[in-house]
Amino acid sequence: MGRTHVDAVIVGAGWAGSIMAKELTEAGLSVIMLERGPERTTPVEGAYPESIDELRGAVRKRLFQNLSQSTVTIRNTMDQTALPYRQLAAFLPGEGVGGAGLHWSGVHFRVAPEDLRLRSSVIERYGEKFIPDGMNLQDYGVTYEELEPFFDKAEKVFGTSGEAYKVQGKIVGNGNIFSPDRSDNFPLPAMKDTFSASIFRDAAKNAGYHPYALPAANASRQYTNPYGCQMGPCNFCGYCSGYDCYLYSKASPNVNILPALRQNPGFTLVPNAHVLRIDLDSAKTKATGVTYLDTKSRKEMSLSADLVILGAFQFNNVHLMLVSGIGKPYDPVSNTGTVGRNFVYQTITSSRVWLPSSTYTNQFVGAGGSGVAIDDFNSMNFDHGPLGFVGGSPVWVNQAGVKPIAAAIGAGGGGTPRWGSAYKNALINTYKHSLGIDAHGSNMAYRDVYLDLDPTWKDVYGQPLLRMTFTWKDNDIRMNQYVVSRIEPIARAMGATKMNLVHLNAGQPFDTRNYQTTHLGGGAIMGDNPQTSALNRYLQSWDVSNVFVIGSNAFPQGMGYNPTGVVAALAYWAAHHIRTTYLKSPGPLVKA
Amino acid sequence: MEPTLNRPLRRSFVKGLLGTTSFWMASGNASWTAALAAEAAHPYQPTFFDAMEYRFVEAASERLFPADDNGPGAKALGVAEFIDRQMQTPYARGENWYMSGPFQQGPANLGYQLPFVPRDLYRNGIAGVEHYTRQHYGKGFADLSPVQQDEILTALEGGSVQLGEVPGRVFFEQLRTNTLEGAFADPLYGGNRGLGGWIMLGFPGARADFMDWVNQEGAPYPLAPVSISGESA
Repeated sequence: MGRTHVDAVIVGAGWAGSIMAKELTEAGLSVIMLERGPERTTPVEGAYPESIDELRGAVRKRLFQNLSQSTVTIRNTMDQTALPYRQLAAFLPGEGVGGAGLHWSGVHFRVAPEDLRLRSSVIERYGEKFIPDGMNLQDYGVTYEELEPFFDKAEKVFGTSGEAYKVQGKIVGNGNIFSPDRSDNFPLPAMKDTFSASIFRDAAKNAGYHPYALPAANASRQYTNPYGCQMGPCNFCGYCSGYDCYLYSKASPNVNILPALRQNPGFTLVPNAHVLRIDLDSAKTKATGVTYLDTKSRKEMSLSADLVILGAFQFNNVHLMLVSGIGKPYDPVSNTGTVGRNFVYQTITSSRVWLPSSTYTNQFVGAGGSGVAIDDFNSMNFDHGPLGFVGGSPVWVNQAGVKPIAAAIGAGGGGTPRWGSAYKNALINTYKHSLGIDAHGSNMAYRDVYLDLDPTWKDVYGQPLLRMTFTWKDNDIRMNQYVVSRIEPIARAMGATKMNLVHLNAGQPFDTRNYQTTHLGGGAIMGDNPQTSALNRYLQSWDVSNVFVIGSNAFPQGMGYNPTGVVAALAYWAAHHIRTTYLKSPGPLVKA
Repeated sequence: MEPTLNRPLRRSFVKGLLGTTSFWMASGNASWTAALAAEAAHPYQPTFFDAMEYRFVEAASERLFPADDNGPGAKALGVAEFIDRQMQTPYARGENWYMSGPFQQGPANLGYQLPFVPRDLYRNGIAGVEHYTRQHYGKGFADLSPVQQDEILTALEGGSVQLGEVPGRVFFEQLRTNTLEGAFADPLYGGNRGLGGWIMLGFPGARADFMDWVNQEGAPYPLAPVSISGESA
C-alpha cells in the first residue's frame, strides 16, 4: 500500500510551523502539519477563569513539554557524564498546538543589525585577535536590510505594539534610538508603562541612557491582522508568561494564524503525532517523507512528501536531524561536521530593587511583552575595546505579572531565611514593594559547547536523547558582570531602599535547577559556508535540499533580544524564497 | 491534571458562591445546607497519608509557614489537606518527570537524579524523619516543641541528615515547595483557606483585569481577592 503523499509536511505547530504552513498553502501546496502534543484552542482550554490557575498552569506545567516521554541530557564539560534533565526548570519548551508560541511572554523584537554580522562587525572594529580562542563567532549570512520586509510582515501578523524611532529615514517617535530604520510603524501603539517600568524609564533617562517601550505582541488596542484574525485589547491581567491568553490579546499561532489556516482545504493539522524521523533516500541527499507515531493509537505512520519543513523547538529540530542522518554530526575534537555545532543560550540574570514601604509595585499587574528597556549596553552599541568581551545585554523592567506561588518559592536564600516568620515577613515585603530588573544578555558559541546524541539514555520511543554540553564561559560572565554593574546607579535613582544585584560569578557552571530562559539557540545554524553551518542563508539544509529547518536553531550566537521576532522573520524570509525560487526549480538555493 | 471540585465544601467557599451558577455546578449537592452540614460532621480525611504522616505534615508545614502577625499559617490555610490531595494527582506519581534509568548521581547543578517520585519522597522522608526524631528526641516530630521542630528542619535543609535512601535536603525542598503551593494556590485545591494566603500578599487572585491599575503611582491595589470559583474575602 502506498504512503499518503502531500506536497509539504511540517513538523511542529508553533510559530515556525504555522507561518510556513500559511505561506505554503497560499502558494497552493497541500500541507500536513504534525504536532506531537494535543490540540489547544482558546475557547476550550484557554478560557477564563480555569486558564489563570497558577497551580495547574505554570507550576504543574500544563502547556510545557512532558519530559516523561522525551527529554535531553546535560553536562557542563566534555569530560563529564551528561545526566537526564528529569524535571523542567532551567528552560520550558512547549508542547501541543501553538508550541512555545502559546505560552511565551510576547516580547517581540526585530534584531540589532550588527548581531546578524557579529563576526565581521567585531573584526572591523577591534580586529580578529579580539575574538577569544575557541569562540565560534559567525555571521548569519543575511542582513537586516534583506530581512526588513519580513520583520514588518511578522509585526503585522502578530499585532505588535511599540513605539518606533525611525521610519523610512525619518525620526518619528520616542523609540529605541539604537534600532534600525523601518519601512513602516508598528501596527499598534506601545503598551502603557506599568508603574515599575515608568520609574525605570525616568531613572534611566536621568542617568543619560535611552529608555524605550519594549515591542510587545500584546495588543494595546483591538486589532485585525492581515489574515483576518482578531485580537482584543490587553488588560494587564498578568497571565502571559506560561499561559494561554484568555483575552485573545497575546499573539500566538492559535490566535493569529491557525484560525485562517484551518479553513484552507489544502491544510491538515494532525495533533498527537510524534515524528520519529525524516525518511531519506539511500544517498541521504533527498527526503522522501516522514515517519511518525500516532501517540493515541501507538501506530507508526508514514507520509511521503516533496518538501519537509522542520519547525519544532530548537533542540528538537537538531535531534531530528541527528536521528535521521541529515547532514554531518558536529565533532568538537576534530572540529568537523555541522549538526550540533554552535549550541547557544542567553546570559540572563535578574536583580531586585526594593522601594519604600509606602510604595506598592503591584507586581501581579503586567503583560508579558510590556516594559521599558535600554539598549545602551546591547550588541555593538558601546565600546567593547577597553572591556575585552564580545556581546551585550539590554537591561529592562519587564513586569509580566508575578504570581504568588512563584514568588513564595523563589523568596529567601542568599543568606536570608527560606522559611519561618522572618521569611514570611520578607516575602510579603518583597511581593508588595519590590520590582525586578533583568540583564537579558547574549551568549557566544564555543568549540566545546554543542549538541549530540547521548550514549546511554533513551526516550520512550527508543531513540537516544539529545545531549547538551554547555556551561558559562569567561567572556559571557564578564559581559554579564559589566552590564549588571550599570544597573546600580539606575536603581539608586529609582529610590531603592535595598537592592540585590545578581550576576554570574567567574567559573560558575550552568545550573539546570533554576529557571533562566527558554531562549535556546543554535545547533543547526545558518551561514555562508557548508563547513561551518548546517543550513544556508535560506535555512535550507546544505546536505538535503528539500529540507528546511526553521527556528532559533539557526542562530550562530545567542543575541540579547528575545528570539521569537527573528524566528518569525526568518520563517517568512525562507518561505518567500521557497515560493519565488525553490518551487519553480527544486534544489539547492545556494551552490555549496 | 484535572481540578477536583468534588471535595466537601468549606464554609467560606460556600458562602462566596451562594446564589451563583458555579456553586450549583461545582457542589454536586442538592442544597448548600447539606454541604455545610456534611462539612461540619466530617472534617477532611486524608486519603494518602496515614494519621501519623498527616500529623507530621501538619506540624512541619506550620513551622515552615507559621501563623504570626502577618496572618494565618499553614494549618489554618489547609496546607496538609492540600498536600494530601495533591498526592492523588499525576504530579505526585511523577508522570511529567523523566523517570527512566539508569539513575546515576552527579553534581548538584545537573539536577534531580533520584528514582523517587513525590509520593515516594513523602513516604520515605516522613518515616526517616520520625525515625531520626525518636532516636534523638525520644518522641515523634509532631509532639516536639516548636524549637525542636525547627532544629530538625534546619538540619534537613542544611543537608546534614540522610533519611534512608532520601537525602534530608531533597525531602525538605519537596515539603517546602508543596507547603508554599498550599498556602498560595487557588482554594480549589484545598489550601489557601478563606483566601488567607492571597490577602497577606495583597494578590487579587482571579480578578485578572488591571486596566485601571497599570500605573497608579505606587498606590496599593484597592480590591480584595476572589477565587476561581467566585469566593471572595
